[in-house]
Amino acid sequence: MGGGSRAWLGLGLLAGLALCPLVVPMYWVFILTEVLIMGLLAMSFNLLFGGAGLLSFGQASLFGVGAYGAALVLLHGPPSLGLAFAAGVGGAALVSLVIGYLCVRRDEIFFAMLTLGFGMMLFTVAHNWREVTGGSDGLSGFALPTLPVLGLSLFDPRVMYWFTLAVVAAGVGVLWRVHRSSFGLVLRASRENRERLAFVGASVARYRLAAFVVSGTLSGAAGVLFCLFNQMATPDVMHWAYSARPVLMAVLGGSTVFLGPAFGAAAFFALEQAVTSVTDSWMIVLGAVLIPVVLYFPEGILGTLVRWVSRPGRGDRE
Amino acid sequence: MNSRPLLDVRGLSHRFGRFRVLTDVSVRVMPGRLTALIGPNGAGKTTFYNCVSGRYVPTGGKVVFDGRDITGLPAHRVARLGLLRSFQITNIFPGLTVLENVLVPLTLRAGRGMRFWRAHHRDPALVERAEEILERLGLADQVGRRASELPYGDKRRIEIALVMALDPKLVLLDEPTAGMTPEETDRMIGLIRELAARSGITFFLTEHDMKVVFSVADHIYVLHQGRVLAQGSPDEIRGDPRVREAYLGGSLDP
Ligand SMILES: Nc1ncnc2c1ncn2[C@@H]1O[C@H](COP(=O)(O)OP(=O)(O)O)[C@@H](O)[C@H]1O
Ligand SMILES: [Mg+2]
Repeated sequence: MGGGSRAWLGLGLLAGLALCPLVVPMYWVFILTEVLIMGLLAMSFNLLFGGAGLLSFGQASLFGVGAYGAALVLLHGPPSLGLAFAAGVGGAALVSLVIGYLCVRRDEIFFAMLTLGFGMMLFTVAHNWREVTGGSDGLSGFALPTLPVLGLSLFDPRVMYWFTLAVVAAGVGVLWRVHRSSFGLVLRASRENRERLAFVGASVARYRLAAFVVSGTLSGAAGVLFCLFNQMATPDVMHWAYSARPVLMAVLGGSTVFLGPAFGAAAFFALEQAVTSVTDSWMIVLGAVLIPVVLYFPEGILGTLVRWVSRPGRGDRE
Repeated sequence: MNSRPLLDVRGLSHRFGRFRVLTDVSVRVMPGRLTALIGPNGAGKTTFYNCVSGRYVPTGGKVVFDGRDITGLPAHRVARLGLLRSFQITNIFPGLTVLENVLVPLTLRAGRGMRFWRAHHRDPALVERAEEILERLGLADQVGRRASELPYGDKRRIEIALVMALDPKLVLLDEPTAGMTPEETDRMIGLIRELAARSGITFFLTEHDMKVVFSVADHIYVLHQGRVLAQGSPDEIRGDPRVREAYLGGSLDP
């Protein structure tokens, strides 16, 4: 697929998503908002996973830092959207710089375990530091800011949806540029063969750290959105079990195609909706779907679809 | 001609636990002189390269490159100084295309690895340079293919391309013809000869195949059980009784 048709595909997707609230019932506007937020979280996670070959098991804690940063500003400061984002995103950037610095020199399982450990520490802070974080209740009861441009209120679910779409699209745009950049190339090289990369003169840890910060910052942005969407920040989104979500979404949708994790997020929620209307134990069904995907379609749903579509002369040859 | 060695290794020793692999190895590589390190499998050639190129910190001795003490520097720092290496076991970026493989070192060399915004293939100067290198190595018709899909001999040449992209001063080639067919071997030897003669890069290679070494090297070191057994011109080495003995006679004759 050429650059032109890719751009059109992206714009078409964006336009389709923008039109959704006008046609789907309100309930689905809520679901779709959450899908978008989780999509950004899964996509930012995949900069490390698909991009650098690093399995971060603490991504939710950075998401949580974003949510708490925004909640703290809205609770104690002025009702400013800009400030809420600055606090949440800036906080996540800072925390990922520190955690990343301590993790990127390790590989594979050691990296995963370290990120898991730091994630647990951050969860504990959020859960136990009652005076600041509100403990297990979290932070809530703040007024939502209005949009500075049009004066629209984020209380309106459609406005919230469109605002989320705009932020997520911007975040995905950033990821796309990074993915295609010189940096993205070196990062992929580090995934392919980190040792060889060092022997052509790259400090692998430096590239990984940069990726960790970009990834964590965007996860923080997703966290800010989640805080606005729920009008609260709670410690459960920082729990390590929550960190499994972006992993599942990336694997489900496909970590080797750019939009795979976002697609995985959509599939995740669609599945959840379909199953929870029938039975309570939807995790069983998720597991039952995930296992064949991992075993037979390791490129994920979208990855497999893309490969089928782009296989030249399908049906004629082979 | 400059008489300072480009690489000056003094009394290098290396142990794995209590197992001594290298003992007091001193090697000098003069600029422009194609030097070879030979020895049977297990002699310690690869370990020697690992100590020189920053993969291992040697347990004893000193490595001086281009007048600078580089003992114990990490691999990426050594590489940035212009001392590059290829690997005995093919070591490239398998999931990247052939062009991307070469773009990686070129990007690093140009100091553009931290460019987050500009698309890497929109860097015409680098792409042009990459194509030039691939052309020179006879890989021009493979640029868009995944490196992992290439035949073995081509992968070995990507290995060389990665090194050439960095405008090295000194290149260590670890058994560049390992596992190659006779045709691939001839092609690789031709390539090394040509590059050594025309690029201004100094090559230092290891081999266990004597034929290859005697046909390309100007100066030879013989490594035996982790020690330098002899050094000299190919003729001197061929006539050296100790070397003959170490190799059980016969096998030294091309
Ligand atoms: N990482 C290692 N740990 C322990 N022993 C090693 C290691 N690498 C090499 N050796 C041993 O060191 C000796 C020299 O190996 P090597 O340098 O690969 O020789 P060559 O390249 O000349 O064939 C061999 O006996 C080998 O088994
Ligand atoms: Mg060897």
